[in-house]
Amino acid sequence: MNQYLPLLGIVIIILGFGLRFNPMLVVPAAAIATGLLAGLDLLEVIAKLGKAFNDSRIIAIPWIVLPVIGLLERYGLQQRARAVISGFRAATAGRLLILYLLYRQIISAIGLHSTAGHAQTVRPLVAPMAVAAAENQSGRLDEETDEKVKAYAAATDNVGLFFGEDIFFAIGSILLIQATFEAYGLEVRAVELAMWAIPTAIAAFILHSGRLLLLDRVLARRRDGVSS
Amino acid sequence: MITSQWVFSLVGMMFGAFALLSLGDRTNRKRFGNAAFWGLFALSLIAGSWLGDLVNGCIVLALAALAALGLIGRGEPETGEPERAAAGERYGNRLFLPILIVLAVAVLGSLAYLYIPALHATGLFERNRETLILLCVGVLFALAAIFAWLKPPPLAPLQEGRRLIDAVGWAAVLPMMLASLGLVLADTGVGRTIGELVLHVIPDGTVFPAVLAFGLGMALFTILTGNAFAAFPVMATAIGIPLLIQGYGGDAAVVGAIGMLAGFCGTLMTPMAANFNIVPAALLELKDSNAVIKAQIGTALPLLAVNIVFIYWFAF
Repeated sequence: MNQYLPLLGIVIIILGFGLRFNPMLVVPAAAIATGLLAGLDLLEVIAKLGKAFNDSRIIAIPWIVLPVIGLLERYGLQQRARAVISGFRAATAGRLLILYLLYRQIISAIGLHSTAGHAQTVRPLVAPMAVAAAENQSGRLDEETDEKVKAYAAATDNVGLFFGEDIFFAIGSILLIQATFEAYGLEVRAVELAMWAIPTAIAAFILHSGRLLLLDRVLARRRDGVSS
Repeated sequence: MITSQWVFSLVGMMFGAFALLSLGDRTNRKRFGNAAFWGLFALSLIAGSWLGDLVNGCIVLALAALAALGLIGRGEPETGEPERAAAGERYGNRLFLPILIVLAVAVLGSLAYLYIPALHATGLFERNRETLILLCVGVLFALAAIFAWLKPPPLAPLQEGRRLIDAVGWAAVLPMMLASLGLVLADTGVGRTIGELVLHVIPDGTVFPAVLAFGLGMALFTILTGNAFAAFPVMATAIGIPLLIQGYGGDAAVVGAIGMLAGFCGTLMTPMAANFNIVPAALLELKDSNAVIKAQIGTALPLLAVNIVFIYWFAF
């Protein structure tokens, strides 16, 4: 029974997120509870937290683009991004995001996944462009639709990243697969793993593109609804 | 050699500046909280490698306390919307140029460094960190170009950067917090216990239920921990290797590669993957912090099914 006690940490996470407590409270609480129930003392758990936090600082690097993005926004970058798309009558939010999905998958597949992202490309370019295209399609957006289009822009970045990056053979997840298998005497080549990421990458492109075209239909129907 | 510590220090100095500027921002009632929060984060970035695990752990707890007690606020943006639209007219499409500089230095620089042997041989950049280092270099070039062209006030990039980071708030640090949790879960054997539980529910002797349990297990454990990297060793050790590969003779490369991607479908559906799902909602200033997840579920669920079918087809 004792080995099941640390699972309480998982219960704290599920309850904490479910009841919408502040995640910055839930997460450390769950970590400390898990550590204590597994028999570590408090200082050991805190040290473990500190080490893991320190080891994952690489996640923070893309924030470096904020001064450039913020400064350009001061000079009207987002408005400019919208103006460019408003000039293309054929541009729709769905088609634009499909194009970005393809770009994101390719750029990730050649190992350059950190050159795009939510701070680097989505906030300054992709989201305002998608909103402008949606406005072309259905006129001024209500808040709900505006949020939905922006959320789809962020979602498209994630889908492109996740199902592109594993085609690059030197990515962390492939190294992790190799290391896990090696412990059991199984040799797999990185190139083979990368190759088997391709079918899913294609499936992800087809599925998500289909949903983006559906988004276009919703936007078009919205315009018809407003004008009638 | 330029290592990741260089970029940690650079990013750390940026957050240090955010802290100092927050301190002087009287529009923000909670300016001391902001200053403490970004200051501690700057300390972790700049000095974390030398502070020791326990001190770093105390920084983590302090960051959590500041956020959980609601001590962080938001500074006021500097310029209003109408002025910006007018400025956008004036500068035209050249406004995209600095972003193109960032992307070009990062993309073309990385390609040149990785694929031209003579450049690669210089060993200028730490292995596997080339792109992130070049991203920082691109940012510095872009800032230089903006200063030469638009002549903004000297502190403007940092003030405008602070405006954006305040919009994100503590969510900026949550991904690292979750990574810490993941390590504690792994070190205390929680993953192994869950793997054993999953193994109990699979019927013996048929391939498909085992494939199904492997794929669903990857997604589910990823949803719980927010990280497919935490799920993979657990599910591979519990089901993937003993049952699928050694038991039923499945192809190891297929089970590994597509199994990991089944986990990524879980990443699309969980607030625990804060970096991908919660941070962008904050960065885009969406009201619903789960809006990005809601936009992704419709892709993630069918794609998970596809992955499970792919493992069954291609591995056996």
